[in-house]
This record gives sequence, C-alpha cells and structure tokens, in this order.
Amino acid sequence: MSFSHVLLQLIQGLLAVALAPLVLGWVNQCRAWLQNRSAPSLLQPYRVLLKLLRKEIVLAHNASWLLRCAPYVVFACMVLAACIVPLVATDLPFSLAADVIALVGLFALARVFMALAAMDVGTAFGTLGSRREMLIAALAEPALLMVFFTPALIGHSTALPNIVETFTTGPLQLYPSMAFAAVAFIMVLLAENARIPVDNPSTHLELTMVHEAMLLEYSGRHLALMDWAHALKLMVYMAIGIALFLPWGIARPHDWLGVPLALIAMVVKLMAIGAGLALLETLAAKMRIFKVPEFLGMAFMLAVLGMLIHFLVEA
Amino acid sequence: MFWLALGLFGLAAPVERGRHARLFFSLSAIGGVVLTVVGLAGLGNWPQAMVLGLGLPDLPFHVRVDPLSSFFILLLGVASAAVSVFSAGYFERGGGGDIRLVCLQYHVFLASMVMVLVADDAYLFMVAWESMALASYFLVITDHRVAEIRRAGFIYLVVAHLGAIAILLAFGVLQLGQWTYTFDAMRNAPLSTGWGAVAFLLALIGFGAKAGFLPLHIWLPEAHPAAPSPVSALMSGVMLKTAVYGLLRVSFDLLQVQVWWWGVLALAVGLATAFYGAVFAAVQTDMKRLLAYSSIENIGVILTGVGLALVFHAYAMNLLAAVALAATLYHCLNHALFKTLLFLATGAVMHATRQRSLGKLGGLIGRMPWVAALALIGTLAIAGLPPLNGFVSEWLLFQSFLLSPGLPNSYLNMFIPIGTALLALVVALSGYVMVKFFGVVFLGLPREESLREAHDAGMAERVAMGWLAAWCVVLGLVPVLFLRALDPIFQLMVGATLRDSLDASSWMFVTAVSPEQASYSPIVFLLVIVAVIVLGGLGLRRWFSVQRRRAPAWDCGFGKRNARMQDTAEGYGQPIKQIFQVFLRLDRHHPSPFDPRPRYHSRIEDPIWERLYVPVARLVDRLSALVGVVQHGRIAVYLVYSFLTLLLLLALIL
Repeated sequence: MSFSHVLLQLIQGLLAVALAPLVLGWVNQCRAWLQNRSAPSLLQPYRVLLKLLRKEIVLAHNASWLLRCAPYVVFACMVLAACIVPLVATDLPFSLAADVIALVGLFALARVFMALAAMDVGTAFGTLGSRREMLIAALAEPALLMVFFTPALIGHSTALPNIVETFTTGPLQLYPSMAFAAVAFIMVLLAENARIPVDNPSTHLELTMVHEAMLLEYSGRHLALMDWAHALKLMVYMAIGIALFLPWGIARPHDWLGVPLALIAMVVKLMAIGAGLALLETLAAKMRIFKVPEFLGMAFMLAVLGMLIHFLVEA
Repeated sequence: MFWLALGLFGLAAPVERGRHARLFFSLSAIGGVVLTVVGLAGLGNWPQAMVLGLGLPDLPFHVRVDPLSSFFILLLGVASAAVSVFSAGYFERGGGGDIRLVCLQYHVFLASMVMVLVADDAYLFMVAWESMALASYFLVITDHRVAEIRRAGFIYLVVAHLGAIAILLAFGVLQLGQWTYTFDAMRNAPLSTGWGAVAFLLALIGFGAKAGFLPLHIWLPEAHPAAPSPVSALMSGVMLKTAVYGLLRVSFDLLQVQVWWWGVLALAVGLATAFYGAVFAAVQTDMKRLLAYSSIENIGVILTGVGLALVFHAYAMNLLAAVALAATLYHCLNHALFKTLLFLATGAVMHATRQRSLGKLGGLIGRMPWVAALALIGTLAIAGLPPLNGFVSEWLLFQSFLLSPGLPNSYLNMFIPIGTALLALVVALSGYVMVKFFGVVFLGLPREESLREAHDAGMAERVAMGWLAAWCVVLGLVPVLFLRALDPIFQLMVGATLRDSLDASSWMFVTAVSPEQASYSPIVFLLVIVAVIVLGGLGLRRWFSVQRRRAPAWDCGFGKRNARMQDTAEGYGQPIKQIFQVFLRLDRHHPSPFDPRPRYHSRIEDPIWERLYVPVARLVDRLSALVGVVQHGRIAVYLVYSFLTLLLLLALIL
C-alpha cells in the first residue's frame, strides 16, 4: 500500500461524499423535466443541506442518546461504503476491507441504527416507518445477495475489484445471466433507496411514507446528515450497479492515466443511470405496502433465474 | 489445571447450606474464568486421555480432552462466569425458589455439562447427559407452584428423554457388536455406510431434541420463559451447544466416513429450523419467548454450517469443510455470548419492572442506561451487523455457501445457492426481530406508569453483562487471531488447516480461502466509522450552529400523543404475520366498527403442535386404551398372566 494508493482512496471517498447531493439534484431535475415541471437548480440539495446545517437542533423531550448518535453512525457507514465501492479505480486499500457481503452488512448496520432511532421518541409515525423499513429490507436482502451471487460465480470472487477485473480484462462475452441479475438489481435499488414504486421520496406527511416517517423527529444538522447519507446511499448503489454491470472505464491498478478518463466515464454513467431512474419513477406509480413482497419476490426469482442460467448455459 | 476447575465445581456443589448466594455464585464465577483459561490453553494441545477410577466396577469413566472439547469448555467457561456473577446479584435479591436448592442444582448442571464435554465413553456421556437434563429440569421448575411452569417442565422432560433414548441407540449402533462403549472403540468400528447412516440419523434426532431442531423445538419456547433468567441464559447459551458438540463429535469424530446426503439432510433441517425460528420470533409478544425462538433460529444456522461441512467433507473437499466448520464453531461461541447477554438483560429488566410482556415495557433506555447500552451491543451482534462478532460467523457461512459451486454434483450446485437466499432471509429477519426486541423494550414512551420507577441493574449484573459484551466486541474485531487458535480443531476433525489463508494476509483481514476470493476487516470498519464520526462531529461543531433545544415531539404536528399510540410488539410483528400467514396458526378476532367496547385479540400457535404432536398423543392414547383391555386391576388376573408367561417361557426354553 503506497502513498499514491492512499491518496487515490482519499480522493475517491471525498469525491463521492461531495458529489452525492449533485446526483440527487440531477435525478430530481430529470424527473421535473419528464413531468413537464420547471426543474429546481442542480445545486438545490446543497442549499437544503447548508440551510439545515445552520439551523438549531430541536429534540423531543424524551429523545435519548441513541437518536443523537444515529445520524453520525448512518453517515459514517455510508462514507465507508463509498470508500469501498470502486468508483474510479479498483486498487483501493479499503476495498480489501469488505466484499459485497460485508457491504450488505454495512448497509444493514446503518439501517438498524436508523430504524432503532425512529422508535426512540415513541411516535406512531416513527415506529410505523421503522417496521416498514425493516420489512422491506428483510425481503430485499435475499434478492440482493442472489444478485451478487451470479457475478461472484463468474468472477470467482465476492470482492468488487476482482469482479470488475474479470469483466474488463476478460474477452468480451455475453452473459445472459447478468441481464437477469441487472433487472433484479434495479428492483432492489428502488426498494432499498426508498424510490417509487416502493416509497415516494418527495412525500411528506403521508400515511404511506416509509423513509420520511423515520426522519420526522430530526432537525438541524441531524437531518442534514441523514439526508446526505441517503443521497450517498443512492450514489453507492448506482456505483455498485456500475461496477457489476457496466464496469468498462474504471481505472485498472497502476493505471494513473486512466484515472481522469475513469472520472469522465463515471460522470457519464451516473448521469445516464440518474436519467433512467427518473424515467422509471415517472412511469411507475407507488404501490401498496403489501404489494412490495410480490415486487421483491419477483426480483428474487429473477436473480435465481439468472444464477440457474449461469449454471446451465455459461458454466 | 482442568481437574482443578472440575474440582471447584464439585466442591461448590454439595455445600447446599450456603446462606449467601453471593459467596457461592462468586466462587462458581471463578470456576468459570478458570474454565475459560483451561479451554483457551487446551485449544492448542493434542488430545489427552485419562481413565478415572470412578463408576461401576469394570466400567471406569474414560475422559479425554481434545481441541474440540476444549473449545466447548471455553464456551462454557465464558458464559458460566457471566451467568454466575449475574446470579450472585439476581438470587441475592430474591430470584424465587429455595436458594440452597437452586445453588445445588445450578452447580450440578454446570459440572455435568463439563462432564459431557470431556466424556470419552458412552457410559459416562449418558450419565452426564442425563444429570444435565435432570438438573436443568429442576432449575426450570424453580417456581413450581405455577401450573404453567410445571407443564413447561414436563414438556421439556419428555423431549429430553426422547432425545436421550435416540442418543443411546446411536451409541449402540456405533459400537457395532464389540460391546465396548469407549469412543475409541467406536472410532475403529468397521461401520458399513448403512449402519453409519442409522447412527447419524439417530444422533441427529437425539441431539436435535436437546438443541431444538425442527420439529423437536417445541420445548424451547415453553421452558425458557418458565425458568429464571440466569437459567434460561445458561440453557440457551450453553446447553444447546452441548448438543451441537455431541452432533459434531458423532458425525466428524466417531463416524469415520460421511455420505453427502447426511449433510444435505442436516442442511435442509437447519435452514428450515432457522427460517421457522426467525418467523416465529418476529411475531412473539413475550420477550423471553422471542429470545427462545431466536435461539431456535440460531441453532438452525449452526446446523446449516454443520450440514455444509458434512457435504464438503463427504466429497473430500477438506479445506472448504474447514471453512464451514469454522463458521459453525464461531457461531456457536457467538450465540453463547450474545444470547446469554440478552437473556441476562431480560433478567435485569424483569427484576426492575416485574414485566415480561413486551406490551407493557418501553422507554427503559432512560431509566436503565447501563442495561440498555449493553443490551444494544448484544442486539447489534445477534442481528449480524459488522463490526461485531455475529457478522463474522455469518460472513464465513456465506463464504462457504459461495464455495459450494465447486462440488462435483450438479444438483447440489443448483440447490445450495437457493439455501443461501434462505439464509439471507433468515439473517435479515433476525435483524427485524432484534430491532423489534430492543425498540419495544428500551425505546419509545413507557407503556405503563410503573415503569417510571424502574431502577438500573446492580453492579454484579453490570459486570456480568459487560464481560459478555466485551467478548462480543473482541471476537468481532480480531476474528483472525481467534480462528488461528481454532485451527487444531479443523486439523483434527476434517484434516485441513486454514493456516495458509489466515496467514496470507495481515491479522486485520479475515479471508475464507484466499484473499483474492474475499476478505473482510472489522478493524477498518470500526476505525473508519469512528474517524468519520469524530471528524464530522468536530467539523460540524466548528463551522455550524451548536445550538440545541428540547421541545415536545414533532410527530407531524399531531400534538396529543400517548404511549398507546406507538407500535406494540404485536403491531411491529404485523407485517410478518401478514406475509408469512401460511406458516403460522393464527387465531385472530377483529372487532366490528359498531362495537361499543371494541376488543381485539390475536393468538399465534405453533402449527407443529396441531399437525404433529396432537395426532401422536392421540395415537398413544388409543394404544394405551388397547392395552387397558387386558388390565383389570384384579390380582387374580395378573397372577394368571404371570403363570401363562412362565409357561410360555418354559415352552420356549425346553
């Protein structure tokens, strides 16, 4: 591990943290265009964050230390996840610290803290959001793991950099199994990031809300951290999708010239995925909470199908 | 050294006139610590056997300590040290029952568990096994004046004896006509695969009854709530593991040859048990029942690991078998740590509030900060979250699942990954269960007025729980060091060493078989998270507002709220109830909208009762009615029976 590696790691981490609200802004902008509304500025998420950071914190009388810790823990988990996923380069020192399974565990850690903190004040909305979030996660996690199984089988590794290496350096080959995995991954991405059709990110004060219901008792910088972490999570999920399904362009080890190119490739890919996400969200309608198991069950079956196809056709 | 510890338990046991729980339980805690050290030291040693001059004439007790038993002795030592310290505080303040009797039974229970772990012949094993069952039975019915508790104890006793019969038969098959019951003789018995399969199945049933494999799990959710909390902790944390020890001993040590379908069977039963336990834990409303179902789930996960190891070993893929076995053993120890911790936490909560029902707790984090903080560590660990210990074993188990495509059997290749998905579902559901458990007990508003007077646990209780929580953290952070210590077990049991992969990278990184395959570093996790929190916190404080003020909860501006508006345990489990309805037997009554006094009730029963145990009980009843035909209760008739029997026997002999 040399100095340059650490530098690369640091750059990628800071880049991800800094760019995450921009990705969210881009998705919002695309969505506004698609829906014939005048779009808010691309920088709107930053303005919201800044405003929240400047405000004082209003805590409920019976809020405990858990509620005050949770935003920091959740944010830190997402920063770590952003450091692990190969966004611009594969030889990141931290990527050794976690393979995809550990990454799933990391998301689970953040989620459990968020769900626990939502129960802390003891409001009806908070507990409602908490149990819905945990339910969706419990159903999404098996599907996500099955999605990871197929590329892990092809790459003989569960570490993301190795999977990226396998796909980018090997001969260009069509993997039908990966198509199934990709569709399943998109469905899990929608569910895990509280997007339509599972949850509505622009909702507030609705009985159907999930993610927003957990954030009701936060204010000031706590809320800012939670929102930022949420934006980071969306970006990390996109980055995982890129690494698994569109890895071309990510800089190889010791390929310093590839880094600027990788940056450009990353921006293009993130923009494309963001636009796609906005399109999906415009076309779909939010579904009832008890339809979500069917939705995620389908994601799971698609992922299993992909894996079976891998065994039958590609192995 | 090992005898010293055993002697200490033995000494502490007969002194039943001890007036002060504190003294004796502290002594036994020292015994526990000694056992921990002995177990750790014994991990690296080669097997040491010994013949004791006890027992019947011509049937001396054989004992043997090898790395596998050392590992379980370590587990017993760590957990019992904590439980003993906790008991010192718990029973001192009146934990119910006659303290002298409890003290005696408690130590007999501990000592017999040690004997089970070191026994080297079937005779001593069964004696120890039965005294363990009996001692724990008496501990369960400490509060024997309550009819429900007596019923729970009875169920436990019946299942325990069914299991014991199966184990006895298994040993009978294993010795195969040599009529010597030492384990050494069994190792060398030339067993055909057919008899081997019979022995394995009997062992699976026998040890399954004690461990709680589906469908023999029914005693767990009955006995755990009935027993005093330290006893539940010990039973769930340690006693279930002695059954796992027995299964490992029989299937990897005594049986020299394995067949792949044994492993598949164990895998299937394990996954079914885990799934069943997770779903039922999610819908429980009694905190100890919830933990009991969670134990069933964890035992299922452990059995899954055993099954995988068996499959790999049957195909002579020893390295992969070692990975699966590592996951299994790690999870055994982990479960002993966090489940004991959580049961002790429920004990502290019950002591402070006299409530066991989740519907009457809540908001205890303010009143019992110590218990809440320590229980939070246990909660995060059992939910399988990095960087704590529960995640390490789950990670290893997932890795060994991912290695299964190397198996030379294409059907297994396709079906085992689906098992992975089921395991993922179980892990995710256990997160759900633990959020529910911790959230409903410790967070939110207190659901009863009396909870406002709850007091935090005493020093002894805090120390006990702190000890377990510290182990959870350490085992989570430096798994490599511990896995290296476990290596002799893998060499002994499956003939493979994980040294190469463990030494390949630094002590910070765990790897399954090679660093290229996958690696995980809990230390990096913790450091980065802590660094971000500290830097972020300082930065925010430096540049932005630090003002903070307290106000009524926002709650969407709803205003009037009370404790009954937050989710109960019932409500929190509702989605699971809805989705997994087919697996549950639900008795639910919704009030009509016009009901002036609406009442809602919902009861969940184990469908296994209805579908399996009740028919069997009816059959037994019917059979005994048939036998009743010949029973008249008149002495003359019985004399005729004996006369006829004698005649028949004579006719046979002559």
